[in-house]
Order: sequence, then structure tokens, then C-alpha cells
Amino acid sequence: MTNRTRQSWLVYALLIVFLLGAILPFIGIFLTAFKTTPELVNGPFALPLEWRWQNFVEAWEGARFATYFQSSVIVVLPVVILSTILSTMAGYAFGTMRFRGESVLLLLILLGLMMPFEAVIIPLWQVMGSLGLRNTYWAVILPQVALSFAFGTFWMRSHFKTIPTELIEAAVVDGCSVWGVLWRILLPVSRPALLSMIVLVFMWTWNEFFLILVMVTGDQRTLPVGLALLRGRYASDVPTMAAGAMIVLLPVLLLYLFFQRHFIRGIASGAVKG
Amino acid sequence: MQTPSTARSSGRKPYQRAYHPYLLLLPGVAVYVIFVLAPILGTLRYSFFDWTGFSEPVFAGLANYQRLMGDRDFWNALGHNFFFAIFYTILPILIGLLLTSLLTRGKVRGMAIFRGGLFVPQVMSPIVVGIIWRWFFQLDGPINQALTTIGLGEAARPWLGDFTWAPFAVGFVGTWVEYGLAMVLFVAGAQGIDEDLYDAAVVFGANAIQQFWFVTLPGLRQQILVAFVLTFIAALRIFDLVFVLTRQGGPGKVTTVASILIYQEAFQDNHAGYASAMAVVLTVIIVSISAVVIYLQSRGDRDEDAA
Repeated sequence: MTNRTRQSWLVYALLIVFLLGAILPFIGIFLTAFKTTPELVNGPFALPLEWRWQNFVEAWEGARFATYFQSSVIVVLPVVILSTILSTMAGYAFGTMRFRGESVLLLLILLGLMMPFEAVIIPLWQVMGSLGLRNTYWAVILPQVALSFAFGTFWMRSHFKTIPTELIEAAVVDGCSVWGVLWRILLPVSRPALLSMIVLVFMWTWNEFFLILVMVTGDQRTLPVGLALLRGRYASDVPTMAAGAMIVLLPVLLLYLFFQRHFIRGIASGAVKG
Repeated sequence: MQTPSTARSSGRKPYQRAYHPYLLLLPGVAVYVIFVLAPILGTLRYSFFDWTGFSEPVFAGLANYQRLMGDRDFWNALGHNFFFAIFYTILPILIGLLLTSLLTRGKVRGMAIFRGGLFVPQVMSPIVVGIIWRWFFQLDGPINQALTTIGLGEAARPWLGDFTWAPFAVGFVGTWVEYGLAMVLFVAGAQGIDEDLYDAAVVFGANAIQQFWFVTLPGLRQQILVAFVLTFIAALRIFDLVFVLTRQGGPGKVTTVASILIYQEAFQDNHAGYASAMAVVLTVIIVSISAVVIYLQSRGDRDEDAA
């Protein structure tokens, strides 16, 4: 019994150490975002002498994070909306219907789930260039929709497969059409699955870097790219960088705060699992 | 496997016509074909061409692949990916297992709070993670400040600019990102293991270590596979973190990884054809590993179904 107690005490001690390890760097950058440069000598975890919002103003206006924020929103919203609609439809077909070519199509979509962006980036860059779409939001939105579609289709497919067939059959007896089954029967019981998919696609698109780095060079840059490529006097100013980093983090962290379970379930299920 | 159950198909026939699934798939698959499948084939095609990205592509047969065989920069970069996998994959899994080994039975109270915190690095933008740690590792950054404070000022150095230490510093950040994932997966998995198995092990005289080895570890098979594939593929795909931490692979090329090299070859040095060959090799490696793990998982699922 004492052995068991000592053991569990150790488990909690370890958990607390690792928990602090995971969040302290975030606390450090949060506190630093409110400091002046001379205060940095007090260490990252010292409280700011005065909570200085000026750093955020400088990042927002001076370092142009307002522009990047706008680009992020312009990119993320269409990606989330379009990929949700397209993957729900495809997941509905894969999850509840049988048709020729099903397994081949599914394998091809699985490929998109596994492959790295490097596998597509060079031809995409070339095609977007010849269509005159480079440096436009489309060059980012369309490929991102296509990749999110691969994930979303698998996600919704495995969800729809869990819905009892009897439910669909009963609705059909009542005269439901294909759309009716989706709208009136499946979607109302699919809110948690949809929500998980939406927050994950939001996070991945919000944090996406490589595609945007390659496709756009100007004001269409989204927040992570803007932050990573920050040059000049703001780049060497730690508090402004910290404020910028907070602006990048905030939307995803807010979502995470409210929909934690959805994030964890989605990531832990192994996006590769299918 | 796909024995059509008569009940299912007959129940669906009245409302579903043969073209319906295709109609539902059409818009998504069209986007997918144009922006994913066709570009994959494009990459494969360009890998056989001598092409700057601006020039007219000239067919070059296997020349790019022959050059790739002898390209030490590329194999070194891939080697760095595998080196980082020690930090991204092996260490987090060991940390997770260490924790789980202490956990045999007994629920963890407050796991929701631990889980929420441990997962924070997973949802943070890798660029921000890189910015934070670049600052932490700076010569006048917090880590060196702390070393100086505890009297180890001599050990202070610009960690990410040091030829010896930079790979370990980058690897350390990788472990930091991934360990929470392994912990959360394994704790959740361990709590789902049937208590009877432990009782049986005790009856057979198993000590704590044997219980861990013969009950906990096999019970975590699926979780270990998921953690393995997620973190290993993350290690093979690293781009953002190295882009920021060591400004694209420095000092020298000691932290250059495959995707950084592909980016530089394609978009900075105008060797788009050659970079395509690199991308093909990287993709084949990643997809084969994923395919093996998915196979193992599906086999595991079947075993469980049979049991």
C-alpha cells in the first residue's frame, strides 16, 4: 500500500514537472510581450514592471501584423467553409454508400493524407504562376482546401460509419431523399464530429507556413509567415516579437480553450489513421 | 472483406441511385485531383527533367537521380531528419512509457488539466515555437542567463550558432513539442487496460517490472504505433522549426533537413527539376512508413476484433 502511494506521488510529481515544462515557454513569451527591452535582464518569468500594451500597437501597426492578420482571416475562412462542405459530402458517400471504384478513390485520398507538401509544391508553384495566381489568396486557399479535403473526408467517413444503418433505413421508409438523409438525419447527430474537423482544419490552416512562404511574397502573407520573415528593427526587438507571437497564437489558443477535447481527440486519433 | 450485406443495400435502393455517390464526390475530388494528385504526378515528371523553374524543361532521363545518389548534402540532410527522429520520436515515447510504467492501475486524478496543458505545444504554430526557443537559446537569452545565475556562466554559448550544440538544441525543441502527445496517449491507453490482466499477472507472481512488460506494454501497442507514426513523420517533415530556429539549417549545414534543401534548391537556387527528384525520394520514404504503420494498425484492429 505504501509502495502504491509513493508511486502515485511520483506520477503526480512527474506530471507537474512536465506540465510546467510544456506551458512555461508560453508563459515566458506572454509576459515578455508586455515588457520593455531593458526589463529582459530580469528573466522571462519576471512580471512586467508595467503592463505595456504599446508592444502590441507596435506589432499591429509598425510591424504590419494588422495586414497579416487580415490575410490569415481571408485565407482561413474560405478554407474551413469549403473543405467542410466538400468533405462532408464525400464522407457521406464513402461512409454510407457502396459504389464502383470506392476503394481506389479512398486510397488516392489517403495518399494526400500521408504525403508532405514537398510532393506537390513545385508543380503548384509553376501552375499558379502560369495562371497568374501567384501572390493571390487563391494560390494558398485552393491547395489548402484540397489537402484539408483529404483529412476531412476520412474524418467524416469514419464518423458516418458509426451511425446505425437502421436510422437511415427508417428515414428512407419515411420518404427521405439522399439530401434529406444527410440534412435531417445525419448532420443533426454529427455536430461533435463536424466541430472537431472544423477546429483542426482551422488550426492547420492558421499555422500553415510552407505553402504561403512559397506562393506569396507581399501583403497576402499570413501571420506565421509575417512573423518568421520579420526584418529590420522590429526583428531584433524581443518584446515586439513576443507581442507578434501572441497575436499569431491567440485565435488558436482561444479555440483550444473552448474546444480542447476536440483538438486532443483529433490529433491523438492520428490524422494518418483514417 | 466487402461482402455486401443484403439488408444494407436493399434498404438503400429506393432513395439512392447509382450516380448519387459520384455526384457527392465530384466537387471535392475535382479540387483534390487538380491541386494534389496532378501536382504529385507533375513532381514525378519534373524529376526526370533538367529545369530551372523558369526555363523550358529538357528531358534528362535519370540524371537527377544519379546526381542525387552522390549528393552528400542531400544524404546528410536526410541523416539529420533521422537524427532529429531520436528527439521527436524515441525520447518522447520513452518519457511517455516511463510515466506510464509508474502508473500501473489507479486512475490519475485531474488528468483533464494535465492533458490540456501537455497538449499546448501541439496546437502552437511551429513558427512561434521556433521564435520562442530561438530567443531562449540566444547568447543573452534566458537559458544562458540562468546558467550564469547558477555559476555556470562558462557553459553559456549561442546554442543555435554552435556547430556541436545546434543539432541538439533543435532536437531538444522537438522533444519539447512531442512529449506531451506521447504522455497523453499512453496514460489514456493505460487506463483502458483491463484490470483483470494485472490481477492475473499478480497471481502468476509477476513483479512490477514484469507487469509493465507483459501487460502494460502490449496493451499500449496501438497508442505506441500512433505516437510513433505522428512524431516520426513530423521528424521527416520538419521545415518550419528549422527555418526559424537556425535560419534554414545553420550553422553551416549542420541542421539542414531534407525539406529545407528542397526549398532552397527549388526556390532559391532555381534547380526545380533536381529538387523534384529530392521531393520524390522524401515522399516515397514518408508514404512507405505511413503505409506500413497503417497496415500494422489495421492488423491490430483485426486481432482485437477476433479476440
